[in-house]
Amino acid sequence: MVSLTINNKKVSVPEDLTILEAASRNGIKVPTLCHHPQLTPFGGCRLCVVSVKGMPKPVASCTTTVSEGMEVTTSTPEIEDLRKLVLELILSDHPNDCMTCEATGSCALQELAYAYGVRGEAYPGERRVYAKRDGNPFIERDMEKCILCGRCVKVCDEVQGVEALDFTYRGFRSKICPSYEDDLDCEFCGQCVSVCPTGALTGKQWARRGRYEGVREVDTTCPYCGTGCTLTTHVKGNEIVRVSSKPWTPNEGWLCVKGRFGYKYVSSPDRLTKPLIRRASGEFEETSWTAALEYTAAWFKKIREKHSADAIGGLSSARCTNEENYLFQKFMRAGVGTNNVDHCARL
Amino acid sequence: MMQRNNIEIRVCMGTGGVASGGTEVLAAFRQEVAASGIAASVKEHCSTHQVGCRGLCAKDVLVDVAIDDEKVTYQFIKPDMVPRIVKEHLLENKPVDEWRVGEDYDRFNQKQIKVVLADCGRIDPEEIDAYIAIGGYEAARDVLNNWYPEEVITEIKQSGLRGRGGAGFPTGLKWELGKKAPGDVKYIICNADEGDPGAFMDRAVIEGNPHSVIEGMLIGAYAICAHHGYVYIRAEYPLAVERLKRALTQARERGFLGNRLFGSNFDFDIKVKLGAGAFVCGEETALIASIEGQRGMPRPKPPFPVNKGLWQRPTVINNVETLANIPAIIRKGCGWYASYGTEKSRGTKVFALTGKIRNPGLIEVPMGITLREIVEDIGGGIAGGKALKAVQTGGPSGGCIPASMLDLNVDYESLARVGSIVGSGGMIVLDEDNCMVNMAQYFVKFTQEESCGKCVPCRVGTKRLLEILERITKGQGREDDIERLETLSGGIRNMSLCGLGQTAPNPVLSTIKYFREEYEAHIRDKKCPSKVCKALLVYSIDEKLCKACGSCLRACPAKAITGEKKVPHKIDQAKCVKCGSCFDVCKFKSVMRD
Repeated sequence: MVSLTINNKKVSVPEDLTILEAASRNGIKVPTLCHHPQLTPFGGCRLCVVSVKGMPKPVASCTTTVSEGMEVTTSTPEIEDLRKLVLELILSDHPNDCMTCEATGSCALQELAYAYGVRGEAYPGERRVYAKRDGNPFIERDMEKCILCGRCVKVCDEVQGVEALDFTYRGFRSKICPSYEDDLDCEFCGQCVSVCPTGALTGKQWARRGRYEGVREVDTTCPYCGTGCTLTTHVKGNEIVRVSSKPWTPNEGWLCVKGRFGYKYVSSPDRLTKPLIRRASGEFEETSWTAALEYTAAWFKKIREKHSADAIGGLSSARCTNEENYLFQKFMRAGVGTNNVDHCARL
Repeated sequence: MMQRNNIEIRVCMGTGGVASGGTEVLAAFRQEVAASGIAASVKEHCSTHQVGCRGLCAKDVLVDVAIDDEKVTYQFIKPDMVPRIVKEHLLENKPVDEWRVGEDYDRFNQKQIKVVLADCGRIDPEEIDAYIAIGGYEAARDVLNNWYPEEVITEIKQSGLRGRGGAGFPTGLKWELGKKAPGDVKYIICNADEGDPGAFMDRAVIEGNPHSVIEGMLIGAYAICAHHGYVYIRAEYPLAVERLKRALTQARERGFLGNRLFGSNFDFDIKVKLGAGAFVCGEETALIASIEGQRGMPRPKPPFPVNKGLWQRPTVINNVETLANIPAIIRKGCGWYASYGTEKSRGTKVFALTGKIRNPGLIEVPMGITLREIVEDIGGGIAGGKALKAVQTGGPSGGCIPASMLDLNVDYESLARVGSIVGSGGMIVLDEDNCMVNMAQYFVKFTQEESCGKCVPCRVGTKRLLEILERITKGQGREDDIERLETLSGGIRNMSLCGLGQTAPNPVLSTIKYFREEYEAHIRDKKCPSKVCKALLVYSIDEKLCKACGSCLRACPAKAITGEKKVPHKIDQAKCVKCGSCFDVCKFKSVMRD
């Protein structure tokens, strides 16, 4: 453990922590745009600079580790002026179209601009202008809103292991792109979308579905596979308008393409919501679960009597949990009386 | 035919020499010497060979003809001049006086002290035997067999050698930190990613004496106990790359690189990594990222490379010139090296002297020499009889030193005190025709284009800095633009992640400091006092002086000039593109530029 003072408050933290982490553990907020607690430090936005006694210049708290006896001040008039300058510079190259931006309300840049009262008018100049084009069905990439914080590049590399994105070009023209500036062609897990602090990366199917007015958050479990990630569905009226996940869930907030974008079946007219039995006429007839299970059990019994239990086989699903799969094989062996049991993952 | 002991003909073939036709001159000498049959009459040694740059490339192709102890240097040699030199000088012993170098060549060399460049221009850089013949690799042999690594570090510390790449960090101390850093795998990297505009020191050293760099690396590797080395060199230096690779192969063949070197238990080898032309890769953490196959983007420090560098291992990075100093320091002792220079800046420094100077070229001077000695004595003063305005040192990270400070000592401390830096060694001489706003704009444009894009102050801040400078040079400057430049510069300097951004505002701040009135003239009077900023110039014709000769009319590419015979000509300001052609061609000085 290391003892240091942050804003004259004595704190004791593990020695490998950064100043930013130490501050945040002790309830002291330091502004940042590029830092993400689940990704390695980047040090690009420079908003988290703090003053450390004995250092000639402000230091980036996200990349500087604590040391014994350090005296940190997270806010001085000089530091706040420098932060304002950085925000001015970022906003001077930003569309500032919050009115129509999908990220409004959940945009870190917007929040900081609001907190600092910065409008991006102090250093007017050229803005990057990019034609919109991205042929994929999931992820909208509006690079004019990109502040090059690098979070998407890091999450794609460090969490997903895909490395679909990286920095390209230099200077003011620096840009984050897939290789050769092609359209995005990846797993479309959308982790990049989930960590983007601005409206540069958003879900295509979320567009114009509702931002925060009248949108409820409902936590649920993803039905797609046995992992059982915790999802947060954002529901407006009775419609899911987008899906996210929270960092303190068992899946640490990360999702795959199905969990994040594959929710439209919920309101699909083709979705089966009640058991159906096909009658002799060939027509499906709605029935109750009890009736449907009794009907199926009766047929199993008939087959077993006529052809023996081994005439029946059971195929289980990867969407079931371990426990469900256990029960299923138990049912097949002990209930039906056959060892003909397998799992779709073996197919 | 006279009896001679030795004849040596040395043809300058650095990049400058080759560009001026050195290859052809060398071939001509070889052919003529062979045809003359002179070799048979020489008792000991007769050779005709290439050498690296000796500094005064402006007079290339330079050729030394050394007969026994008598050396004559010729300048501006072309292949067709060779037969006469061979005939008159070699055969008849009458040097061709009219082709000899002049007084300025001697003046150029007089105040120089050459340590790093001592053998550039003397030995064939492509022959390891030439390097061995002058004592090459003896320092390494001695160190590996008879010295403890700590002794090497102490020697280098006592020599006072500081990093020649720009920052001036004490080399011995860096090695000591490298030695002490825990780890069984360590690296030594030679930074040859020379990128400052107008700087070519490292290129010349590698082209002229690559083995001195290899030997320096070898000694450094031994001192810090590294067994792997990298030379990170720009791909835009094809000749240097070729000679370096050749030198590495030769060193390996002789057993100077590889396993159990010089009979010791020490193993060391060097790989070459080519840089793809990113200026920021000269920054050590970006350079490391580039070797690792990542995009060249700086990483935050600490951790410093000496603790966590290449592949997260302890890594010492030294500049080419720093390493080239090492063999000489070991051979001649730290006391000898420390006898040159000032209290805190020991030894010599190589500078690329360029700009409006009469004798531009590569120079090596003792630290602490005055700027005046460099500009007036070595450089021969300003070309074309103009007045000196400033000396820009340190490239895009440096600053402009005004002519009034010409008696300033050139060392790390003195230059820093006036707002500039020694840097890697670029030294650009500016005269009254150079506009300081334009100068600042040039350097900021460079750093802006070379910014890696990682941090906001550098990526966006330098862009805004550039835009303000651009509008000032276009006559659209605003009253508070100087303050705006200063505030923005302060922010970029304090907030940028790496040295590139932190120093990018230096050219702006130093020109504002010393040449504020030029900024004010651009902003308030919409005038460029040095007549450089095109948008602020107005060309007109003085009717009284105009002889209506029509030469300006013919020279004008925009057809902006009208006039007939015997009628004074006129410039249509709406059409004028301000190219200055009329001003240049008028014999009667009737075209005025304001």
